[in-house]
Amino acid sequence: MVEKLILSTSPHLHSGDTVERNMHTVILALMPALIVSFIVFGIGSLVVTLTSVCSCVLFEWLITKYLLKREKLTIADGSAVITGILLAFNLPANIPLYMIVIGSLVAIGIGKMVFGGLGNNPFNPALVGRVFMLISFPTRMTSWPEPHQLLAYTDATTCATPLNLIGQIAGGNSSAMEQLPSVWHLFIGNTAGCIGEVSALALLAGFAILLWRKVITWHIPVSILLTVAVLTGIMHLVNPELYVNPLYHLCSGGLMLGACFMATDYVTSPMTDKGMIWFGIGIGFLTVIIRYFGSYPEGMSFAILIMNAIVPLINNWCKPKRFGETAK
Amino acid sequence: MLKTFKIGGVHPDDNKLTRAGVTEIAELPKQAVFPLSQHIGAPAVPCVQKGDMVKVGTLIAAAGGFVSANIHSSVSGKVAKIDTVVDASGYRKPAIFIDVDGDEWEESIDRSDDIVSDCQLAPQEIIERIKNAGVVGMGGACFPTHVKMMPPKDCKIDCLIVNGVECEPFLTADHRLMLEHPDEVLIGVSIIMRALDISKAYIGIEANKRDAIDLLNSKVAAYPGVGIVPLKMKYPQGGEKQLIDAVVGRQVPAPPAIPANVGAIVQNVGTVFAIYEAVQKNKPLVGRIVTVTGKSVKKPCNLVVRMGTPISQLIDYAGGMPEDTGKLISGGPMMGRPLMNADVPVVKGTSGVLMLPREDAERAEERSCIRCGKCVSACPMGLEPYLMATLGEQGDWERAEKEDIMICIECGCCQSTCPSRRPLLDWVRLTKTTVGGIIRSRNAKK
Repeated sequence: MVEKLILSTSPHLHSGDTVERNMHTVILALMPALIVSFIVFGIGSLVVTLTSVCSCVLFEWLITKYLLKREKLTIADGSAVITGILLAFNLPANIPLYMIVIGSLVAIGIGKMVFGGLGNNPFNPALVGRVFMLISFPTRMTSWPEPHQLLAYTDATTCATPLNLIGQIAGGNSSAMEQLPSVWHLFIGNTAGCIGEVSALALLAGFAILLWRKVITWHIPVSILLTVAVLTGIMHLVNPELYVNPLYHLCSGGLMLGACFMATDYVTSPMTDKGMIWFGIGIGFLTVIIRYFGSYPEGMSFAILIMNAIVPLINNWCKPKRFGETAK
Repeated sequence: MLKTFKIGGVHPDDNKLTRAGVTEIAELPKQAVFPLSQHIGAPAVPCVQKGDMVKVGTLIAAAGGFVSANIHSSVSGKVAKIDTVVDASGYRKPAIFIDVDGDEWEESIDRSDDIVSDCQLAPQEIIERIKNAGVVGMGGACFPTHVKMMPPKDCKIDCLIVNGVECEPFLTADHRLMLEHPDEVLIGVSIIMRALDISKAYIGIEANKRDAIDLLNSKVAAYPGVGIVPLKMKYPQGGEKQLIDAVVGRQVPAPPAIPANVGAIVQNVGTVFAIYEAVQKNKPLVGRIVTVTGKSVKKPCNLVVRMGTPISQLIDYAGGMPEDTGKLISGGPMMGRPLMNADVPVVKGTSGVLMLPREDAERAEERSCIRCGKCVSACPMGLEPYLMATLGEQGDWERAEKEDIMICIECGCCQSTCPSRRPLLDWVRLTKTTVGGIIRSRNAKK
């Protein structure tokens, strides 16, 4: 005899999608970039990434269990791991351990858990941690190791990143142009920079995985990249002496990482396709402004955080078109 | 490129286990039960009394108003009682119980298998016959068909769209009907065209029913103005508004607008067949095809069932209810109704009986919304289900009305895609019901 029947209302079937499936796919999609960073920066990239992931997971566990006193723990959903990886990807491979731990605490504690955990945070947690570290440890956060010192960690020799050079060129130092690596080296990731941002190629491979598994749509990354390409392209056409070819911008700094993995964070990005495109245009615009006219060489983190703040407004402005709605 | 509707939609596995299952005739029940309210509108009014003898096709309850439908006995025997029965809604409703004794039919009914293609009746006579036969929308909504056939005077109907989509997973009743009675369906279509004085009809069929598309295509040349439109598989294409959008590219505006406002009228293929039988064979709506199915069901099948037969009898025929059953559903898995037990009788809108294994039937634990926006992309009405659910939780009815909650068709796409397993449609239904009440009381005050 059949046990009591369930009487919940329709729909009776589910697609099978889960929070975990989406999070795990994002982790998988981040792996190509991690592998490239290991090849380029060696042991340092692994140490930093592991430290960041472990401390993010640990802090989420501690906060959920002892501060919020929740019975249901959330560390298995994969979101703390992603925050950990993304935070590490935004750090130089030679940054000391204690700084990473502090950054993780800020990312998970202030970036996410104070708002109630996954789904409630207005800002991208990894970027909150990263920006906190940038203003707390400005020197260590802006000295990047030279590539190919596979066994070095905090003792690695540092050098200027392509973005530093682009800034110098825009400031009138035309000799910096000669030090700028080729676009091809930038694209495959053979340059100085943060752990996760060096290889545009690996990040695009990850983006392809996310698209294929339908975790995200194309709207945010494409609108960011197009906006940056168009704006820097116009500036390049106006004065090629000062403003470099847009391909340098697309392949350098945190642009590709931010566009594919940080700006597309579900929780802190708009809900509709139209909203996502405006969000992307805003990020692209702010990034170019900060890169060329701000005091920091990189503007991606700030651009994303600023746009995160207006996501609720974007959600109100960019409604999907209702079925049968006539033009207003 | 196959046609389909433009906004949203999902792609569940179609699971048509019974697509090749030739319809079988279900046995007569010992007792048949006829709820008086098996259509949208006023319940029918009984016109028999306890102890009366009835035949198959005898009128036992007459339409209780303009929007209502006649109910005929599907069996011959004696009226046992007029009492209440728990129907698919879960509520007790008045019903007529008839003890079955033999299978004697009213003489006026043409029971032969001969196909009658010629129809010279005037439109008004056609609609009268449809009304007398108690035909209602067989796709599940059960709106009285004769009412639909009399569109508002200011609407100019130019096309009939026949719904052969059957986008609900598992169900194959309409598919089998098109395969086994293609001529009757096509004649039914031309009868409706005659009644509405229109020259164009489309039969929309999803691409997973290739055989039905090919069969109807091979016969359609004899029926001027009728076209077969293969459609890309996508749920909820069988929704009236989605189907009109898919086939002729017109979007019906928000209620109170109806398909007639964009010049279209939609009929399910089951309804078209019932119209053929009513008009050409003088046969009231006393039976229908029901798909009895489920992944663990021993013998999934398509049955021709007399109205009033208890669902338990169909389940027995299909090999009994599987041990692992967690949910018994009247209809399909996306929009069907969960049943408390199998005593519920088959009514005009019963398209299927689905038994879901417990592991599929149990809802997973609800999590916080991660704001992925998948519900927004899935919504075929262009709504924001996440927002509707939140407004429902907060009781913000005014804002919910402004956000157009009343256009929701309750297809369940949002809830079935939500990775956080939030009961979005539960909240939307609650909110919609409340907002609907507010709107009605506001209109009443005016």
